[in-house]
Amino acid sequence: MSGRDEGGARRERFASVAAVREQLHSVGYLADDGLSGVVYLADRLGKPVLVEGPAGTGKTELAKSVAAMTGARLIRLQCYEGLDESKALYEWNYKRQLLRIQVEQGAAWADIEEDIFTEEFLLTRPLLEAIRASEPVVLLIDEVDRVEIETEALLLEVLSDYQVSIPELGTVTATQIPLVFLTSNNTRELSEALKRRCLYLHLDYPSVEREREIVLVKVPGISEQLADQVARIVRSLRSLDLKKHPSISETLDWSRTLVLLGIESVDAETTRETLNLLLKYRSDIEAASKELGATAMTA
Amino acid sequence: MLDVLTGFVAELRRSGLPVSVTEAADAAEAIRHVPLEDRQAFKYALGATLVKSSAHWRAFDTAFEVYFSLRGSQYEIGTDELFGTREEDVPGGVGAGEVRERRDGAGGLEAVSPEEIAAMLYRALRDRDKAMLAAVARLAVRLYAGMEPGRPVGGTYYFYRTLRNLDLDGVVERLVDEARGTVPGDAEALTPLEERLLEEEYRARVEELQREIEAEIRRRLVSDRGAGALAQALRKPLPEDVDFMHASREELVMMRRAIQPLARKLQARLARKRRHLRRGALDFRSTVRHSLSYGGVPADPRFRHPRPSKPEIVVIADISGSVAAFARFTLHLVHAIGAQFSQVRSFVFIDGIDEVSRIFERCETVTEAVHRVNQEADVVWVDGHSDYGHALGVFRERWGRQIGPKTSIIVLGDARSNYHSPEAWVLKELQQRARHVYWLNPEPKSYWGSGDSIIEQYAQFCDGVYECRNLRQLGAFVENLV
Ligand SMILES: Nc1ncnc2c1ncn2[C@@H]1O[C@H](COP(=O)(O)OP(=O)(O)O)[C@@H](O)[C@H]1O
Ligand SMILES: [Mg+2]
Repeated sequence: MSGRDEGGARRERFASVAAVREQLHSVGYLADDGLSGVVYLADRLGKPVLVEGPAGTGKTELAKSVAAMTGARLIRLQCYEGLDESKALYEWNYKRQLLRIQVEQGAAWADIEEDIFTEEFLLTRPLLEAIRASEPVVLLIDEVDRVEIETEALLLEVLSDYQVSIPELGTVTATQIPLVFLTSNNTRELSEALKRRCLYLHLDYPSVEREREIVLVKVPGISEQLADQVARIVRSLRSLDLKKHPSISETLDWSRTLVLLGIESVDAETTRETLNLLLKYRSDIEAASKELGATAMTA
Repeated sequence: MLDVLTGFVAELRRSGLPVSVTEAADAAEAIRHVPLEDRQAFKYALGATLVKSSAHWRAFDTAFEVYFSLRGSQYEIGTDELFGTREEDVPGGVGAGEVRERRDGAGGLEAVSPEEIAAMLYRALRDRDKAMLAAVARLAVRLYAGMEPGRPVGGTYYFYRTLRNLDLDGVVERLVDEARGTVPGDAEALTPLEERLLEEEYRARVEELQREIEAEIRRRLVSDRGAGALAQALRKPLPEDVDFMHASREELVMMRRAIQPLARKLQARLARKRRHLRRGALDFRSTVRHSLSYGGVPADPRFRHPRPSKPEIVVIADISGSVAAFARFTLHLVHAIGAQFSQVRSFVFIDGIDEVSRIFERCETVTEAVHRVNQEADVVWVDGHSDYGHALGVFRERWGRQIGPKTSIIVLGDARSNYHSPEAWVLKELQQRARHVYWLNPEPKSYWGSGDSIIEQYAQFCDGVYECRNLRQLGAFVENLV
């Protein structure tokens, strides 16, 4: 179909690491140096980025933000157990093919075959869509740790040479190397081969400073003082031995609620009453309330 | 530059990181795109290409700091100044004036007194002044670490020597006290929650200082002894290679984090193994019978069910002091992948023995259960020193009859029984009843049988005795269990 123009120098998307950080900021995503550096390198080296870390630390949001700031279209492949080629890559629309065969009854099979294996009957799925795109795209392969190892091999194939071969149509080669983000909540060890192909970025819970900034950017109407308190209390909760620590999403939920309730400064009482927004397990909520209460007694 | 990179990659591999040739090439390519003087960017370029698991970051970090600690002009240290003081060490700003004045004459260590360092430390922590924190770190190392050129010690010794002189706890306490006093109107106006948050904030700043101190010591050691030698001295084992019996607190935390992924990996691998085992041999008779409904065509081949392959596990664990961590991790892992077995029962002992399976069933998390085992299990009979013979004897009496041909028994411990009678015949009897008896010993093989270790007397009645010093060996054992 189309070939990559080999001679043409690849357009570089970012001028510098600092530029990446600023652009991310401009779309409401607060990055530290490491993160911006990896995004910058992904562009320069033409490699996919594997983003790994606990849930709610901004992995999916990163891909969305990069798409937004580069004006690219986001193509998302949401992974799940059982995802296969027909849902990830492409599929023939066999119902329409059957219809056409019926309509053309009597025609030579060779003609029919030529007819039904064309664009018209091809259902394009996210991977193929990203490879074929002529406009800038960001490909997000979300929660890749959920697919089976066989599907992982398929992803690797596509990400290795950015081409897809369709036996009936030929090989489709990308005209431009898209920015690719794969995310993983690390519920399963990914294959060595896939990891080798990717740049690796570990996203953990942010520092207090960054979390406060995130809250300030994302929660309209919150005061600096409250944002600061929120970030510190969340840090405190993350230092406890809990089943699940609050993620950034939960920090944001909590902050929004506090603003809605018109609270200007959080005390132990408010915290305990709203803990269910930050913690998901009953045993965690109990442990955390006890911890906050215990401090009250010893003081 | 490429030479340094080659040495660095070799060091990572020696630390156990699986760096492939492609990845090394990627790293070389990546650093061409970042400004060399930007140390952070440089570090992340290497990290993103060479480290593909967060569990490996610490080993990478240590090696990086050693190999590239002298990058950037602000970090260069000449040999002549290695063990003296430099002008730039004392920053301008609050309180630095008087220090600088006095240095002119003496020009040595004596110029900065402990009181002055303490005052700078206090201010740096209070105001979170990063430049001043760095300066305090440098001065403190110079004044307190007592570093001597050529001495083949690692950084830890110098690190603690420096910390001992800084009274960091005292400073934090003072800062919190003062904050309590400065709230206008009421001296007690700081709520307990506020106080807690404030203290955590100061502790975080103290950790920053500690990192600066470590970095400073490392820089000096590298200048003195060269990166290669130092990297070797500082090499940190990966979580899966840390010795159970000698793990530091920090390492224990790391290992606890590593155990969930390990359990998941084992689960997946064992499940896959079982899936492959599931198909038994062709059941000819059944296939023919079913072919009747297809007009005699054997369209639906039937297979014999393979033997149920899920074993029943009984873990008997010594949880006395020296081997407690090993027992904890093993119990944790075995219960975390409990679904792979038809049943898991756990018994813990020191000189008495108690069943703790119920605790594991009742608790929501294994961490919680392990914690409760320590508090609730009744494992002390006489003096709380391991007595394998007595524990095994009681086990036989109370639960021995429940051991059957489907049971695999796993004994955990160093078999150091404080010269009590081994009662090895008990194990012999258990072996006759059970499918298998395995013994996991957290001691290095070379120690087995020395002193009060009676592992050899038990070994004759085991189907396998394995050295199990770290998570890697433990994982390998568990994987072969199914
Ligand atoms: N660095 C960041 N800057 C701004 N918002 C963030 C950042 N990281 C996370 N968030 C917010 O946190 C929430 C969770 O992020 P998400 O990307 O869905 O997490 P993940 O994919 O890691 O589970 C989103 O609402 C996102 O807006
Ligand atoms: Mg997500």
